[in-house]
Amino acid sequence: MSQRSVTTESAVVRFLLIGAAVLVLSLFLLLPLAAVFVEAFRKGWEVFLASLHDEAAASAIKVTLLAAGISVPLNTLFGVSAAWLVTKFKFRGRSLLVSLIDLPFAVSPVIAGLVWVLLFGARGWFPQTAMADTFAPAARFTAWLAQHQGFGWLFSDFAIWLADPKIIFALPGIVIATTFVTFPFVARELIPLMESQGSDQEEAAVTLGASGWHVFFRVTLANIKWGLLYGVLLCNARAMGEFGAVSVVSGHIRGETNTLPLHVEVLYNEYQFSAAFACATLLAFLALVTLGMKSVVEHFTRHTSSDHK
Amino acid sequence: MSKRRVIPGFGLSMGFTITYLSLIILIPLAALFLKAARLSGAEWWAILTTPQVIAAAKLTFGASAAAATVSTVFGLLVTWVLVRYQFPGRKFLDAMVDLPFALPTAVAGITLTAIYAPNGWIGEYLAKWGIEAAYSPLGVFIALTFIGFPFVVRTLQPVMEDFGSEYEEAAATLGAGRWTVFWRVIFPMFIPALITGFTLAFARAIGEYGSVIFISGNLPLKTEILPLLVVGQLEQFKYEAAAVIAAAMLMASFALLFLINLLQRRLNWQNH
Repeated sequence: MSQRSVTTESAVVRFLLIGAAVLVLSLFLLLPLAAVFVEAFRKGWEVFLASLHDEAAASAIKVTLLAAGISVPLNTLFGVSAAWLVTKFKFRGRSLLVSLIDLPFAVSPVIAGLVWVLLFGARGWFPQTAMADTFAPAARFTAWLAQHQGFGWLFSDFAIWLADPKIIFALPGIVIATTFVTFPFVARELIPLMESQGSDQEEAAVTLGASGWHVFFRVTLANIKWGLLYGVLLCNARAMGEFGAVSVVSGHIRGETNTLPLHVEVLYNEYQFSAAFACATLLAFLALVTLGMKSVVEHFTRHTSSDHK
Repeated sequence: MSKRRVIPGFGLSMGFTITYLSLIILIPLAALFLKAARLSGAEWWAILTTPQVIAAAKLTFGASAAAATVSTVFGLLVTWVLVRYQFPGRKFLDAMVDLPFALPTAVAGITLTAIYAPNGWIGEYLAKWGIEAAYSPLGVFIALTFIGFPFVVRTLQPVMEDFGSEYEEAAATLGAGRWTVFWRVIFPMFIPALITGFTLAFARAIGEYGSVIFISGNLPLKTEILPLLVVGQLEQFKYEAAAVIAAAMLMASFALLFLINLLQRRLNWQNH
C-alpha cells in the first residue's frame, strides 16, 4: 500500500467514511423530504390541488403572509440597528447586549407564546377588557377619522380593532409571538459580518463629509447586502414556519387565526393526511428555496470578497 | 468617553435597539418570572414534583441528552467527510444539512411520524423486529436528533476548515500512525467546538415542541415532554403552573448556556 499523503486516509477508509456519511444524511434528511412529497401526492393530483384551493387553506396562507410581512421587516430594522450599534461602537455592556440578542434561541417556542398570554390573556396583566377601557378615547377618535371620505378607509380596520382590542387568539398575538421567535436572525447574521469588515470605510466617508444616512446607504449597505438578504430569508423562513409559539396564542380558529403550520396540524389531527401533506409541501418548498438562496448568497459573497483582494 | 466618536448614529441605534429588545424580549420574559415568583417555594415544589412533571422532565432531559450525543457523533462524521473529502454530490449534501433549520417543525413532525409509524417506510421494518419507533420515547429521541444535528455540523465546520495540516504533518514526520494522529492531534483540537455543538443541540432539544408532539403520541406519563405540559396547563387556564414549569425550563437552559460559556473560556485559555 503506497501512501501518497500523510494527511489523508487510505482509499478504503475514505470510501467507508463517505459511504457512512452519505447514508446518514440520506436516511436523516433526504428521506423525510421525499416523504413529504410522496405522502402529498398519494391520492393524486386532484386531492392535492383541492386541498390547496380550500377556503381554510387560503385563509391560513393569508394569515401566515401577514404575520411574516409584519414581523420580518420589524426584525430586519432591529437587526441592522443592533449590528450597527454593536460593531461600530465600543461601550460598556456591549457583550451583555450581544448575549441578550441571542436569548430567544434559548427559549422554547412554547414559552415564547406563553409570555404573551401572561401579558395579554384573559387572566393576564393587560386583559382585553382593561385595554378596551384604556383605548376607548383613541377608539372614538379613530372611528371619527374613519368616517372621512378619501383617507377614512385607512383607519376603519384599526378603529374596529381598537373598540375591541383582542391580542390573544387573534392576529396581533400571532404577529408578536412570531416577532419574538424570529428576533435574533438578522442581527445574528449581520454582527459577525460587519465585525469582520471593520469600520474604516465608514470612517473615511464621514471624514470626507458624508452624512450618517448617506454613509449607511452608500457604504455599509453595499457591503452587507448579501448577508442582510440571507438573514432576512432565514428570518422569513422561520416566521412562516413557526409552530409552537403561534399555536399557544392563536386559539386555532379555523379560517381566522390558523397559520399554515397550524392548518397542517389541524388537518393531520383530523386524519386528512393527504391534505395535511399537501399544505406541508408549500412549507417544504419554502425551506428548499431558502436553502437554495443560501447557496446562491454564499457563492456571491465568495466572489465579491475575492474581487476586493 | 475620552475619544470622540467619528461614526454617527450611536444615540439612535442605541435607543431603538434597547427599546425594541425590552418590548419584545425582556419585559415579556420578566413578566413570566414575576408571575412564577408570586408562588411560594412550597407551591413551586408541589407543581414541579407531580408525577406528570417528573416523568416529562426525565423524558425531555434524557431524550435531549441522548439525541445531542448521537448528533455529536453523526455531526463529527458528516463534517469530517464534507470538509476533508471530495465526492460527487458533496455541495448538495452540504446545503441539505441546514434542512432541519429551514423545514418548519410541524412539517418535520408529521413527516417523521409518517416514516416511523408502524405502517411507515422505516417503521414497518422496525415493527417486524418488535421496535416501536413512533408513539414511544424512541420517537422523541429520533425527532430531537433530526433537529439537533445541524448545530454540531455548523459549529464544527468552520473550525475544521481553518485547521491547517501542519500539525498532522509534524506528527506523521515523528512517526505517528494515522489513527494516533487523529485521536492524539486532530480530535483534541475539535473538542471545544464539539462541546459547543452538543450544548446548542441539547438546549434546542429541551424546548423543542413542533417536531416532537406528532411522533411522541403524547401518552400521559410515558411520552409527554415538558413544553407539552406547559401548553396543557395553559389550556386549563392554570397560568401560574404553566409559568412555574416554563421558568424552571428557562433556568435550566440559561444555566446550561452559561456553563458552556465558562467551559469554552477555560478551554480557549488553555489552548493559547
